[in-house]
Amino acid sequence: DPPPAPMQRIKGLTTGSLPTFIDVGSNFATYAIQEDNLLAQMVQNGRRVVFMGDDTWEGLFPKKFFRSYFFPSFNVKDLHTVDNGILQHLYPTVDSGEWDLLIAHFLGVDHCGHKHGPDHPEMAKKLTQMNEMLRSLVDHLGNDTLLLVAGDHGMTETGDHGGDSEKEVNAALFVYSKTPLFGTGPPEEPEAVPQVNLVPTVALLLGVPIPYSNIGEVMAELFSGDGDAVSAALQQLSVYHINAKQVDRFLHSYSLVAQDLPAEQLQHLQELFSSAVEEHTQLLAQVQGATLVPPELESRLGSLIGRFQLYLREARAVCTQSWARFHPLRMVGGCTLIATSCLLCYVASELAAASDSFYRSCLLYPLLWGLVVAVLLGLARAFTQEGLDLLLVLSSAAAASQLGFFWHWWGRHPKRARLAGSPPPLASIGLRQRLRAWLGLAFPMGILLFRCGAMFSDSFVVAEARVAPFLLASLVMLLVGKLHWDGRLTVPEGPKQQLLGFSSYRREIWYLLCFVAMLLVCVRLSGFFHQCREEIPQCRPSLFLSPLASLRNTRAKNLFYLLCVALLAGLVYAVRSWLRHYGNLNSSDPLVLFVRWGFPLVVLCIACYWAVASSTDDSLGKLQELVQVAVVAFPWAVYGLASVGLLLLLCNPMTVLAKDTRESAGSIVTPYLGVPSSEVDFLHVIPQIYKRMQESQKSRLERGSCKATIAAYGLGSVYSAALVIALTLLGFLLMLLHSERLSLAFLLLFLEAFMLLHIHTRARGLAGDAEPFSVPWYAVISWLLAASQFFYSTGHQPIFPAIHWNAAFVGFHLDHGTNLLPAVLVGANTFASHILFAVGCPLLLLWPFVCEMPSSHRKKPKKEPREELPEVEEHMMEMRLRESPEKFSTALLQLGLKYLFVLGTQLLACVCAAMILRRHLMVWKVFAPKFLFESLGFVVSSICLLLGISLVMRVDCAVSTWFSQLQLR
Amino acid sequence: MKEAEVRRLLAANLLCVFSVILTAVVPAFFWDGFSVLGTHLAWLCICSVCVSTLSIILHLVLKPNLSPKRSSFAHKISRFLKCCMYFFMSCILFHAIIVLYGAHISWSVTETFLFAVLLSTFTTLQCLCILGPNIQAWIRVFSKNGAMCIWESSLQITTMCSILGAWFGAFPIPLDWDRPWQVWPISCSLGATFGYGAGLVIAPLWIHWNRKQLTYKSR
Repeated sequence: DPPPAPMQRIKGLTTGSLPTFIDVGSNFATYAIQEDNLLAQMVQNGRRVVFMGDDTWEGLFPKKFFRSYFFPSFNVKDLHTVDNGILQHLYPTVDSGEWDLLIAHFLGVDHCGHKHGPDHPEMAKKLTQMNEMLRSLVDHLGNDTLLLVAGDHGMTETGDHGGDSEKEVNAALFVYSKTPLFGTGPPEEPEAVPQVNLVPTVALLLGVPIPYSNIGEVMAELFSGDGDAVSAALQQLSVYHINAKQVDRFLHSYSLVAQDLPAEQLQHLQELFSSAVEEHTQLLAQVQGATLVPPELESRLGSLIGRFQLYLREARAVCTQSWARFHPLRMVGGCTLIATSCLLCYVASELAAASDSFYRSCLLYPLLWGLVVAVLLGLARAFTQEGLDLLLVLSSAAAASQLGFFWHWWGRHPKRARLAGSPPPLASIGLRQRLRAWLGLAFPMGILLFRCGAMFSDSFVVAEARVAPFLLASLVMLLVGKLHWDGRLTVPEGPKQQLLGFSSYRREIWYLLCFVAMLLVCVRLSGFFHQCREEIPQCRPSLFLSPLASLRNTRAKNLFYLLCVALLAGLVYAVRSWLRHYGNLNSSDPLVLFVRWGFPLVVLCIACYWAVASSTDDSLGKLQELVQVAVVAFPWAVYGLASVGLLLLLCNPMTVLAKDTRESAGSIVTPYLGVPSSEVDFLHVIPQIYKRMQESQKSRLERGSCKATIAAYGLGSVYSAALVIALTLLGFLLMLLHSERLSLAFLLLFLEAFMLLHIHTRARGLAGDAEPFSVPWYAVISWLLAASQFFYSTGHQPIFPAIHWNAAFVGFHLDHGTNLLPAVLVGANTFASHILFAVGCPLLLLWPFVCEMPSSHRKKPKKEPREELPEVEEHMMEMRLRESPEKFSTALLQLGLKYLFVLGTQLLACVCAAMILRRHLMVWKVFAPKFLFESLGFVVSSICLLLGISLVMRVDCAVSTWFSQLQLR
Repeated sequence: MKEAEVRRLLAANLLCVFSVILTAVVPAFFWDGFSVLGTHLAWLCICSVCVSTLSIILHLVLKPNLSPKRSSFAHKISRFLKCCMYFFMSCILFHAIIVLYGAHISWSVTETFLFAVLLSTFTTLQCLCILGPNIQAWIRVFSKNGAMCIWESSLQITTMCSILGAWFGAFPIPLDWDRPWQVWPISCSLGATFGYGAGLVIAPLWIHWNRKQLTYKSR
């Protein structure tokens, strides 16, 4: 069987079961073995188990040992600590006799193999030491003691293990007892004993029940007894009988729960077992009747033992086949599917901008193809009465739709090429531009490549909490460096500036540099909220991860509490002032009212909840019951308020105040009219009013009829406002699920996202991009790097023990009716940053439009004389998007595809790492959990991305109806 | 372009490379137990001092940039003081950037600072030598088509290579190989040094190969 980490080996050696990955599911929170095992049986039956050596056992069997001497096993380079520690305690313990089972787990040889390899002088020393140990141990043994020496695995030529080659999976087994064990001489060529066989053997030798899930077979040689051949055979038969009954019971109950054992094989096993048992009862009756066993009975005994053996071996073979099995074909198929999906996203995102009829031919038809294939396959499976393999149907449907896409794409390709090829001069320019575009792509894609490459090394996966910020900082610095290299940051040089000694930077550069510095500080600070993995022993988890209730110092607790509440209030204030700045807080719609009054209420509820949750239990004395209610009530209030807010957002996402000014002096349609903030604005107000009055008089005189004019406040940022409100609400919900002090990390998250958006906007402005509707790759990649960085900075790690299980009980007492709700809560807690960044993804498209405002606003007074045509100033900020709805939807699609491409590439790297390194030593500790977390994160991110985009589309619909209503009026 | 100048550049750069190698080898003869990895901080100091003295001497000897118009003594002193201030500021700035990139804030401050000094020696000091304390010239040199002579092209290449080397030097730190050179900041400073050396060698060759394309604007 494939030998994974030592932990799985020990599991196999004590439960008699095969090491499987799924059993992690039964005990997420601890490493402790919860299945029935040898040690549990021993302890239950009052035997004393003494352990010395590798401290992995401590986590696996907490409080099971009568006495124990653990030594740290993590450092592979340390050859002697564990062995010397064992040798120090071994002989005194053996001599004292206060034990029934003594386990000594030496590690020196294994570590020596890892460090030096099997042919090193150090290894010779180590083996000699072990030899000496055995020699002297044998002298200390009593007559009724059995000594079993076994290696849990072998090693390759290089001293490693974890693969499935002959040298790695085979190890020596040495059995010794002072009383003669074997009736006959030991065989010349002993057959290999599967590791799981040790479990039933030891259990029955010590007289305890065989562990429930054992599938091993007893080693008959050890049960030969001291009598003649017949009594030995009888004893072996009874042992086999017990063992077979146990295995049969286990297989029976297992097949009731899980369906992965093939039915016909189970049937076959069942028949084997029942016939053997039948004969066993017959034989026993005959043997008990006769005082002297006739020779033909003896041979029947032998054949019966053979049948039991056959049964046990076949049972184990069946289990091995279905449990410890990889499906290379399916793995490769899955990887290919993900890879082609990534390719599809990339091609589609490049193509989306190009043509109009793209949607139907390249996206809709392939989708139909996929559906048709799925339905056909489903029907075929249903008619042939085979079990419907949902996975296969789904993947073939996906493959069909992808094939459809690529076929359509290929069909269109020649046409495009011909079109592009018709004007020859264009082609050469196109080539050079394409080359330049490729070079421009190289730097963000290079960072992405590094990130994906990092998934293939266990050290880098372990250190990913530091890799992601490093790459993010590098990406941003590279962006600034590239802008500088291209001369975008400097004003075109004139002779004047060369004479003057001043730096010739543009003014915007200082904003950009400030944003970059703030971003780097945010990235660095967020590193303080780290969780630790056991692979880095010297790491201490961040103090901020523990809930406030665990703080002893009352003053510190109060201080932190106040800080957290102040941060929450600050967040609300910041969001409100942002909305006010863009004029989205003026109307009296329910949503705006919710932002005005509901947000503080949510903060109040969260603050109350934190206060109640972090108070010590005994301090409140009589109020205990009240506290019990409050602990549940406040989170529910927050849940309720947040869902009300989100519903309001869905129902009416317009945060626009429309002032119908038909009667008043005709003002002009101006999307932005915030609160006049400075005196300068006030100075402009009166001349403006005068001018407008003049103009309206003029137009009235000219046209005769009055045109309805309307002032809309906050129309220019209506999309972003909806997203910001949604993000804030989600942020509140997620903060509630985390421990109190992680709200600091969330504040950093919002700040960093804000900085990223601004850097992106500034960089675009400086680079002077021609296409305002496409989001560049570096922005998407930095957005995703920030998302994965904050996965770690909100105190998470892609390992099961690091999951914040407390989140399941926010607003609930310790019981849940279903498993769904706690799963959702814990999932939201774990993937908080994925959720926030994915929902906020459309902001990358919208932000440059929102921020374009100040410059045109500044220029407004100058433009005033020319403002006679209202259309000039009508479509500002995000209303530019409405100007060309086709382009807007294309841009949204393109952004989503780019985001999915980057996400998918990361997932692909992770999946490939798990596939290629499936025999790696660290696969179950590092790669497999990382793969699980990454794929779950991918699912969560994609869903949230869809939600974010659909929210933007909902706002778009609302804006359309708003405009049509205006026209009706 | 004069071939002779390229040759001079090559000679100067090779001298720099040679001096870097010497700093790793020579002190071992005078000081028992010296090694680049073992007594890394000492090597950092020695390397920084040697490279900076050599650069200053080369600058004084070769005079790659035209002599300033006013060369009064007071002016020279103020220039020198300005250079020192710039160098110190760049050390602080590099230290801050390294910390922002993930170096520990309170542990091994000396190591981080000496690494920042080394980086400043490889980048800022060279800029100061060739361009003088003239920020505007720096801005010009570090942009596309900004170099006006081969010395400035060489400066571009060595600076970028040093920083790139330091960046790549951070990559092996998380690996679990337990090598002595994975300790902070050895891999990064070695990376920066190798990058600097590579830049020094590459620069004349690159200029030599691209001498047709390189047309420097006259000042």
